[in-house]
Amino acid sequence: MNPVNYLYLSALLFTIGATGVLIRRNAIVVFMCIELMLNACNLAFVVFSRMHGNLDGQIIAFFTMVVAAAEVVVGLAIIVSLFRSRHSASVDDASLMKL
Amino acid sequence: MSFPLLTATAVLPALGAIATAAVPAAQRVAAKWLALLVSLGTLALAAVTLVRFDPDGARYQLTESHAWIPDFGVRYQLGVDGIGVALVALTALLIPFVILAGWHDADPMETGSRRWRPTQGFFALILAVEAMVIISFEATDVFLFYIFFEAMLIPMYFLIGGFGDRAHEHGDEAAATQRSYAAVKFLLYNLVGGLIMLAAVIGLYVVAGSFSLQEIVHARADGSLHMATSTERWLFLGFFFAFAVKAPLWPLHTWLPNAMGEATAPVAVLITAVVDKVGTFAMLRFCLQLFPEASKWATPAILVLALISIVYGALLAVGQRDIKRLVAYASISHFGFIILGIFALTTQGQSGATLYMVNHGISTAALMLVAGFLISRRGSRLIADYGGVQKVAPVLAGTFLIGSLATLSLPGLAPFVSEFLVLVGTFTRYPVVGIIATFGIVLAALYTLVLYQRTMTGPVRAEVAEMPDLRVRELLVVAPLIALLIFLGVYPKPITDIVNPAVKQTMSDVQKTDPQPEVEAAK
Amino acid sequence: MENLIALLIAAPLLGAAVLLCGGRRLDAVGQWIGTVLAAASFVIAAVLFADMLGKSPEDRTFTQHLFSWIAVGDFRADVGFQLDQLSMTFVLLITGVGSLIHVYSIGYMEHDERRRRFFGYLNLFLAAMLLLVLADNYLLLYVGWEGVGLASYLLIGFWQHKPSAATAAKKAFLVNRVGDMGLSIAIMLMFTTFGTFAFGPLLGTEGHSGIAGDAGEGKLTAIALMLLLAACGKSAQVPLQSWLGDAMEGPTPVSALIHAATMVTAGVYLIVRSAAVFNAAPDAQLVVTVVGGVTLLFGAIVGCAKDDIKKALAGSTMSQIGYMVLAAGLGPIGYVFAIMHLVTHGFFKAGLFLGAGSVMHGMNDEVDMRKFGGLRKYMPVTFVTFGLGYLAIIGFPGLSGFFSKDKIIEAAFAKGGTEGWILGGVALLGAAITAYYMTRVMIMTFFGEKRWQPDAEGHEPHPHESPSSMTIPMIVLAFGSVFAGAFFSIGDRFVHWLEPVTGHSEGDSPVSALTVTAATMVLLVVGAGIAYLQYGRSSVPVTAPRGSLLTRAARRDLYQDDFNHVVLVRGGEHLTRSLVYVDHTLVDGVVNGTAASVGGLSGRLRKLQNGYARSYAVSMFGGAAILVAATLLMRAV
Repeated sequence: MNPVNYLYLSALLFTIGATGVLIRRNAIVVFMCIELMLNACNLAFVVFSRMHGNLDGQIIAFFTMVVAAAEVVVGLAIIVSLFRSRHSASVDDASLMKL
Repeated sequence: MSFPLLTATAVLPALGAIATAAVPAAQRVAAKWLALLVSLGTLALAAVTLVRFDPDGARYQLTESHAWIPDFGVRYQLGVDGIGVALVALTALLIPFVILAGWHDADPMETGSRRWRPTQGFFALILAVEAMVIISFEATDVFLFYIFFEAMLIPMYFLIGGFGDRAHEHGDEAAATQRSYAAVKFLLYNLVGGLIMLAAVIGLYVVAGSFSLQEIVHARADGSLHMATSTERWLFLGFFFAFAVKAPLWPLHTWLPNAMGEATAPVAVLITAVVDKVGTFAMLRFCLQLFPEASKWATPAILVLALISIVYGALLAVGQRDIKRLVAYASISHFGFIILGIFALTTQGQSGATLYMVNHGISTAALMLVAGFLISRRGSRLIADYGGVQKVAPVLAGTFLIGSLATLSLPGLAPFVSEFLVLVGTFTRYPVVGIIATFGIVLAALYTLVLYQRTMTGPVRAEVAEMPDLRVRELLVVAPLIALLIFLGVYPKPITDIVNPAVKQTMSDVQKTDPQPEVEAAK
Repeated sequence: MENLIALLIAAPLLGAAVLLCGGRRLDAVGQWIGTVLAAASFVIAAVLFADMLGKSPEDRTFTQHLFSWIAVGDFRADVGFQLDQLSMTFVLLITGVGSLIHVYSIGYMEHDERRRRFFGYLNLFLAAMLLLVLADNYLLLYVGWEGVGLASYLLIGFWQHKPSAATAAKKAFLVNRVGDMGLSIAIMLMFTTFGTFAFGPLLGTEGHSGIAGDAGEGKLTAIALMLLLAACGKSAQVPLQSWLGDAMEGPTPVSALIHAATMVTAGVYLIVRSAAVFNAAPDAQLVVTVVGGVTLLFGAIVGCAKDDIKKALAGSTMSQIGYMVLAAGLGPIGYVFAIMHLVTHGFFKAGLFLGAGSVMHGMNDEVDMRKFGGLRKYMPVTFVTFGLGYLAIIGFPGLSGFFSKDKIIEAAFAKGGTEGWILGGVALLGAAITAYYMTRVMIMTFFGEKRWQPDAEGHEPHPHESPSSMTIPMIVLAFGSVFAGAFFSIGDRFVHWLEPVTGHSEGDSPVSALTVTAATMVLLVVGAGIAYLQYGRSSVPVTAPRGSLLTRAARRDLYQDDFNHVVLVRGGEHLTRSLVYVDHTLVDGVVNGTAASVGGLSGRLRKLQNGYARSYAVSMFGGAAILVAATLLMRAV
């Protein structure tokens, strides 16, 4: 099967993720969309690894997974504490960082 | 390898600053004494430097050179000529007086006030400024100079903004607002100047491939480094702008009255007598040496600006209602004289200008510190709030008068020698400019004597009737300064001997010789 | 012997330092320290004088070089002294009269709590004045020149708690500064023209003529005019005359020493000292004579209208110095007589001022002559000494003023041509007016009926003779006023004494000396007679009558202050005030405006920071998209 098709899939997943980040308000959904974007990238890395015949892409994919895992830990903690203090998981409620 | 004297002179106050800052909060007095001792130690080192300096020796002496950022050819390169060593000595000399005069300026506010005054910080910042100023006078690497030229803004910013006068007519709140305005203004002006200079510094590196002052000067002298006329002019303007802000030269002067007015008197002295001198010094060292042709090209315009500074500063001083702002405008007038002397491009002018920097430092310190003592007694900076002080505090009035007389360049006191040299040096090349500048001496008499008359003479005002005379600490500050003013007025030779050879060198850099008299004296 | 010259200055300088820094401990003995050191200076001067007399006239210049003061490039100024006959004359006058006035002040200032300081200032003045006349170059002279200005400032404003005194002191210093500007420009001109400003090479010494004459006449005229400006400031000549009247705010001994006998004559010294320059600049000399002539009349007219005894005498001082300046402007025919009149004037005018001080001392410090009258019975010594001074100043035959003033009038005629006639005429007219105003002073003070009035606090004055510490100096000065002129003139002693320094030539006068003397006598009698008719025959009103237009103008010093006020003070005030405004709004405004517009822009940009994570994400994605697009575009191109 032509590996380019996997790239199309990756791009599609990335776009879905990006749209989700931009339009959804629920922090958990936004968070999942970010994960979706990361995994889309992972897919692309693996595909490129296969296409070029070396392992660099796969190594990077592992890095990404580690980063994503760390991010989940920190991100979820933030969301939970945000929910506790505001009783809402909407990202728009957390707009206090403006000047 | 010999003992790195120049580094030591700068490092000692720097270490002192750190040590002073680290003194525990409860040991406030210990911090003051530590700072004073460090400044005296620095003075001792500067004195050794002065003794070790051989006026007839090489141009730059006591040199040190180490690679610092080899990728960009930046070196840690120090060395002093006669001009530099004189100004290092001036700085080291004035700081102990500044510290002693500001002994109580950073004490905690009286109980009931919530404002917190970090005493240690005040003295540490003063020492930090001293260290940076000294290294600026010593650096012979353009980049090294630039870094400390800019870095000294940071401690100065906090000194101006953080430790204002206790005396303010509109109360604490207004004082804080005006103070932060002054500090920000000071910072912005100097940062803008510094940024433009940074561009010129980089430009210089691109053109010359080196930051070393000596290398560039040599290369230019033997023709191996050619600089296009327009490039040289742009680079010159970049450097000059920064120095003109620092000096300050009209019309870039407006930060000075604010800064000096809002800061405590010792900090005001630090600004005008020490920090600003870096600006005029750098004109002599960097502008003239790096860009001799452009300097000559810009001379007419600079002379006009200097003349405006002299007359304008003096006229505005006449119109001031605030003692410290008056001294600030007087300083602007004096800086005009210094710049006039530098750019008259005669030996008398430049030696006079260097001497002027030293003498102005001492005389302004004397006047401003006494003014500070006066203001701290009455709690007001307005001239109109005083009157008849002479009757109740004759010693204070007497020292104030001597400071005033030094400011108006009375013969017999040090500033006269330098002012006259500047005038003569200017007059020999530009008679008309010299004559106009001479009006400055009449105006100087006007503003100082009006100030003295309004504050010290006349019937005693009720508010000053209980004013105590100078205390021992204050007398210790003022008396040596006055003694120096008299000594250098009668016998300026120690300084002129050191400065003259350096000026001769600078004159040969710009390839100018003094005009010759019409009638040759029968010798 | 020559090493003593520095001691001349050192003695009073030491006194000043000790007295001003000594603190209250010296309050009790301050006056003695000051007086003894002034007298010591006089003794040294006398020793030097005796030594000088022992040498041949060509050999009488003593020099002493102390150290190199300023040396930068070709600019060399040394601290060195030159004592020749001209300086010697001044040194004797300064230390002699100075010592007498120190003695006088012991009595006069007895009750002043700041007496120690007063003597410190007086000593400072002596030191500065001696430096002025002993300096061997113009720059050192300048130090003395401003030094006496400072001493004068301190002493005029000695009673600082009086606003009028403080203002007068400031005014004196400021006006003098204008003159000083002239002196510094003159020095700069000398340096650029000759490369030196030392007396030796410039003016010549002991037979060597200097290089002063070698420059072009234009340069020399410029130098001479600048020197004249300096002289005008110090010697209160038109147009810088306005400070002298106000300077009378100072204690009377000060008026006698500084503002009559010594400091105000420094301008004459400067001109005579610079004879070599003036001789080569005839245009400048003409200006000098004009200034002298105008001031001579100006001072005399002002002196006629003043009711304040000290201000009347101040007008007279101006007028007499006008004579000296006039004589100095005449060139070699006048130099010697300028100095001779200066010395005799030093005696009689100091005596007159001390007499006035003595009167004030006995009259609760009243200065208005309309409130004196009939004092001769109460103050016999003052009356006699003042009377002798009076006779000397109006030129009564045989007394000092007669000899010195007559010589000047003769020399003015000897100038020749129309100028000679005009100058001579002015000088003669001045003599008549002098006789008038001095007679007026004399009559109003010592003759007529008593017109005393209780002062503001209701104290009735009890005129009494002053203590002997005050009368003795007055007697000594009266002695000088009587005999000095004759002593100098017999056998032309003074001419022979000064000739080696200043040069001297007899002019060719169109009128004989006898005619001049006769004319002077007639005018003297006329002037004194009018005054007698006005004030001696009829009673003097206690409040001044309105007077004629001229009287009113003269009372206001011929509107000099009004002129200065309108032109300089008010103009200056407007200028500074508008400049303060400009500095605040325009110069500072440009900067503040820049700051404000940057602030405004950032305020608008700040709105982009709305805090929504999504909008930040949009800008991130947008940025990334633009970057990608740009990269692709670049590659495509």
